[in-house]
Amino acid sequence: MKRIYLDYNATTPIHSDVLEAMLPFLRDQFGNPSSVHWAGRQVSGAVEKAREQVARLINCSPAEVVFTSCGSEGDNFAIKGTLAGLKGQGNHIITTSVEHPAVLNTCKYLEGEGFDVTYLPVDKDGMLNLEDLKKAITKQTVLISVMWANNETGNIYPIHEIGAIARENKIRFHTDAVQAVGKIPVDVQAAKVDLLVLSGHKIGAPKGVGAIYIRRGSKLQALIHGGHQERNRRAGTHNVAGIVGLGAACKLAGQGMAESAARVRQLRDRLEQGIQEKVPQIKLNGHPEADLRLPNTLNVSFAYIEGESLLLNMDMKGIAASSGSACTSGSLEPSHVLGAMCVEVTLAHSSTRFSLGPETTEVDVDYVLEVLPPIVQRLREMSPLYNRKELTCEECQVIRKAH
Amino acid sequence: MYSEKVMDHFSNPRNVGEIEDANGVGEVGNASCGDIMKIFLKIEDNVIQDIKFKTFGCGAAIATSSMVTEMAIGKTLEEAMELTNQAVAEALDGLPAAKMHCSNLAADALHEAIKNYMETKS
Repeated sequence: MKRIYLDYNATTPIHSDVLEAMLPFLRDQFGNPSSVHWAGRQVSGAVEKAREQVARLINCSPAEVVFTSCGSEGDNFAIKGTLAGLKGQGNHIITTSVEHPAVLNTCKYLEGEGFDVTYLPVDKDGMLNLEDLKKAITKQTVLISVMWANNETGNIYPIHEIGAIARENKIRFHTDAVQAVGKIPVDVQAAKVDLLVLSGHKIGAPKGVGAIYIRRGSKLQALIHGGHQERNRRAGTHNVAGIVGLGAACKLAGQGMAESAARVRQLRDRLEQGIQEKVPQIKLNGHPEADLRLPNTLNVSFAYIEGESLLLNMDMKGIAASSGSACTSGSLEPSHVLGAMCVEVTLAHSSTRFSLGPETTEVDVDYVLEVLPPIVQRLREMSPLYNRKELTCEECQVIRKAH
Repeated sequence: MYSEKVMDHFSNPRNVGEIEDANGVGEVGNASCGDIMKIFLKIEDNVIQDIKFKTFGCGAAIATSSMVTEMAIGKTLEEAMELTNQAVAEALDGLPAAKMHCSNLAADALHEAIKNYMETKS
């Protein structure tokens, strides 16, 4: 059976060059980079080289890069570390209603600890109104946290404009850039970002490694206390092989990013247009203007059918994608992102995300376009919502919104 | 995460569709939780002669709907009323814990359809 992976926003395969770069550090170069002897010296250079590679991709100084274990650690560190580091200066955070749970649940935890959090709303296209952001700022605001790009819809947020607003108001600005880094240009200087979080496994490095950019001079309380690693900013013995892999992946991502983005964009557009032509009664989720979405991401709702059953059927044909339905999120509620965009609830349950990557081919896309329409039709014919004779008002809205 | 039996009923669901001259119809679930099941019955001489379903929902919702139709056909109404969601799940070799409370409603839909038959008959 064909195997087609269209879930790159969830995770990516390790790039062969990345694995190659890592292997020596999983075999004979086993030292602890904090050691002074030959075994330590053998690997400490590799960690510093990786730091430079990460720094180059996001345009900062290597000293401003701290290695972490994952994106969630980075977001926790950025947010909790800022509030602890700026203790007494304010107790208000501004974020958005469409953040990754690593940010949202950290903010919810902090609300329980007595902090105030403003969750900025988004419009039906999932975009922010910067006037809302400006109005939300108070004298107590110490942190603005807005993701660079959304994992579910691919929407790209106006990070440069937000950076300028934050700088003007002397408020620290954190961005979860896990989905943006490696896919689109990310420049922390140009965007006036103070803290930026990235993750290795989204860009062809292994799971279990990430990094956070901390602008020089930003006072941040450590999240993990212990040894003196990472200049006392993050304790714990370095994950040397993972860090080397992250560096190699950042180097690869920086090489020919424009070409690979254009290539994946062309395939995504082919998939998007193909679905629009072949499947009636669908709704695209995210900004209608393709330039305002990540080049690899397509989120679409297929009216009358539920996302998990669609995913399982695609899986039986070898296609891996993901869904915003409650069943796949592990909760009773469908996607909070689509909820914030006021997507009607059955359409949220039917949302399906296709996220493409460097290995995706035109043949893959055409295969999906061949296999998907009959699956959708079969599930619709099984659905009590499809071709319903007497529609309730609520269901009429489902259909209207689908057009 | 799903048993082979669940996947079998999900990928080859039995008795999908509507019965034009059904004399008992039941629907349970709602859109917000993502599962809606509708059961159509043809009852003659107190026995379920024919049963069909339509379901909007996840793999477990479709598989339990399919399974309940197989379990109910040929049964008397009294026997069918004794079928439980738990029995349907067991007949499928179990469901993931998260699915037990939200997507395991097929016996409820069957019971609703039988109640509908009783009400319209009387």
